[in-house]
Amino acid sequence: VVSVTTIEQAGLEPLTRLRPDGTLEDCYEPTLPEAELLAAFRLMLLTRAFDERAFSLQRQGRLGTFSPVTGQEASVVGSAWALDPARDWVVPQYRELPAMLRQGHSLDKVLLYFMGNPVGNRMDEGVNVLPVQISLAAQVPHAVGLAWGLRHQGRDGCVITYFGDGASSEGDVHEAMNLAGVRGAPVIFFLQNNGWAISTPVRKQTATPSFALRAAGYGFPGELVDGNDLLAVHEVTQRAVRRARAGEGPTMIESRTYRLGPHNTADDPTRYVDPDELNARRELDPIRRVRAYLRGRGLLDEEAEQRIETELREEVERAVRAAEAFAPAHSGQIFEHVYGRPPARVESQRRSVEGR
Amino acid sequence: MAVVNMVEAIRTALAREMERDERVILLGQDIGHNGGVFRATDGLQERFGEDRVVDMPLAEAVIVGSAVGLAASGLIPIPELQFLGFGSQAFHQIEGQVARMRFRSQGRYAMPMVIRAPFGGNVRTPELHSDAHEVKYVNSPGLKVAMPASAYDARGLLTEAIRDPDPVLFCEPLRGYRLIKDEVPDEDYTVPFGEARLARDGTDVALIAWSAAVSVALKAAELAAADGISCAVLDLRTLVPLDVTGLAELVARTGRAVVVHEAPLTGGFGAEVVATIQEEAFWSLEAPIGRVAAYDTPYPIASIEEHYIPSAERVLEAVRRVAREA
Repeated sequence: VVSVTTIEQAGLEPLTRLRPDGTLEDCYEPTLPEAELLAAFRLMLLTRAFDERAFSLQRQGRLGTFSPVTGQEASVVGSAWALDPARDWVVPQYRELPAMLRQGHSLDKVLLYFMGNPVGNRMDEGVNVLPVQISLAAQVPHAVGLAWGLRHQGRDGCVITYFGDGASSEGDVHEAMNLAGVRGAPVIFFLQNNGWAISTPVRKQTATPSFALRAAGYGFPGELVDGNDLLAVHEVTQRAVRRARAGEGPTMIESRTYRLGPHNTADDPTRYVDPDELNARRELDPIRRVRAYLRGRGLLDEEAEQRIETELREEVERAVRAAEAFAPAHSGQIFEHVYGRPPARVESQRRSVEGR
Repeated sequence: MAVVNMVEAIRTALAREMERDERVILLGQDIGHNGGVFRATDGLQERFGEDRVVDMPLAEAVIVGSAVGLAASGLIPIPELQFLGFGSQAFHQIEGQVARMRFRSQGRYAMPMVIRAPFGGNVRTPELHSDAHEVKYVNSPGLKVAMPASAYDARGLLTEAIRDPDPVLFCEPLRGYRLIKDEVPDEDYTVPFGEARLARDGTDVALIAWSAAVSVALKAAELAAADGISCAVLDLRTLVPLDVTGLAELVARTGRAVVVHEAPLTGGFGAEVVATIQEEAFWSLEAPIGRVAAYDTPYPIASIEEHYIPSAERVLEAVRRVAREA
């Protein structure tokens, strides 16, 4: 009888490399060189700065509904940093802003999308990212097909797809993971367990002690990682990328993190989050951890960080100005890119709108 | 020219397009070694290999969902749903993903693919195998819906669908796979979308149908001729795009019309046809438009199915009723 009801029983515990106090585990050599680590930290800070700015823009009515990354920066940045943007692909849900930026998508376009211009969801040629996906888990089968298609054409890219503890309950995840195992597709299922599906806590989502255990049921490895640890997330994802590139097939990663903000700008988490729990989780803020490490190593001081913060705020402001200067969406866009060869009826509807 | 049945015509279209374009790959349940449960892909795995004719796990959502990723990678996938009735298990991928990925990505990711799906009644299948679900997909902008009624059209429309830049749901009438036979040329050809076919000309009543219902309409037209009523039969061929002009012109000529389909009456595509006729040809109408459809009940068990889907006799009754109106 196979029965696993605790992670201890499975011999699993979340991999941690960088402790919450900013010190490394003993005898551990980071997979990220120092220069890269600084760049990754900068992207984490940019993400936080963007979240804060986006929130205030939304409150001012200048931006639509927006889902912040706050609390999950190490999880998203650490995993995306293991990819090669030139050949690997990101198949996002919608809370993975820095992974999209890392792949080459621009902040202007991200803002444009949330401001309600569809052009913002068009990734430029060469940016290996599928569009933001609102239908939970629907992108997971796409990632498998994309990985399989790349391999079919002899390209050596791999694909990472992001989804959450909530989306994990969708049937698409099961079907996609099963197919990936069968086809040995070079895909990484990166499940961010941030504790919440809007207001539903993870214990009401699943009875499994770890999502990583599910991988065994599909015949490939599962990893459990401390999602607030940039270095550990990078390490497990890098391992998964190497497996994928070597033709060893898929990997599932449960990145155990915590959503420090609301689900989105329309959500009020004070209705359901215990403030003591939130305070305890704030102590584990992933940015704080990397900062402590960098300072401990003498790679960063307060002055340098202030300088970075100022640069990032300017970067965000430039993007806001560019997005707001962009021509607003117009009614003709209703008809653009619906078909390659539009039906006559759709064409006549288009003309009726243009003539108005 | 050779006389072939529909399943042979479909197989030929697939084989020729695979030959012509190496980006074309097939995926579905039992389509490889077994050649498909109706043999539509018979011999294709042998000829094109396991990488291009891929046996899939029994999971409709990922058969279609992985095709989205395959298309994004630059391929032209042809996923097969073993039966359209089970398309509901992939509906969210078809309607929410395949149909609108081009739109969502603002043209970056087109979805050239053909979702093949057999359907239709009078072949004594278990529940859900026979259901005519086409109308559920017609309200999914971005998707085209083709419903051939002849072997010639099956090959020509399927070839067109594979070469079309948009995703196409290609519905194949089970009953016609072997029963429907007609002349199909050896040379390459396509049948354009959105051009209805006048399957029979007539002057009194226009019968409008698609897929297997076209043969029912043709039979009814024969019976009506014996009554002295001349029926034209218009085969729509594709529901999206709809040949609005062809429909309006024919009804303007006959002044009377009956729509025939295998799906239940309420909300069936017949309702769209009737609404279109009243918009485009209202002043030519000499009688209310008739509809002959399945009843608003679930598809029944096989032993009584012939009472459920339209028969030539039921169509004839409607023709007589419509022809009698002053």
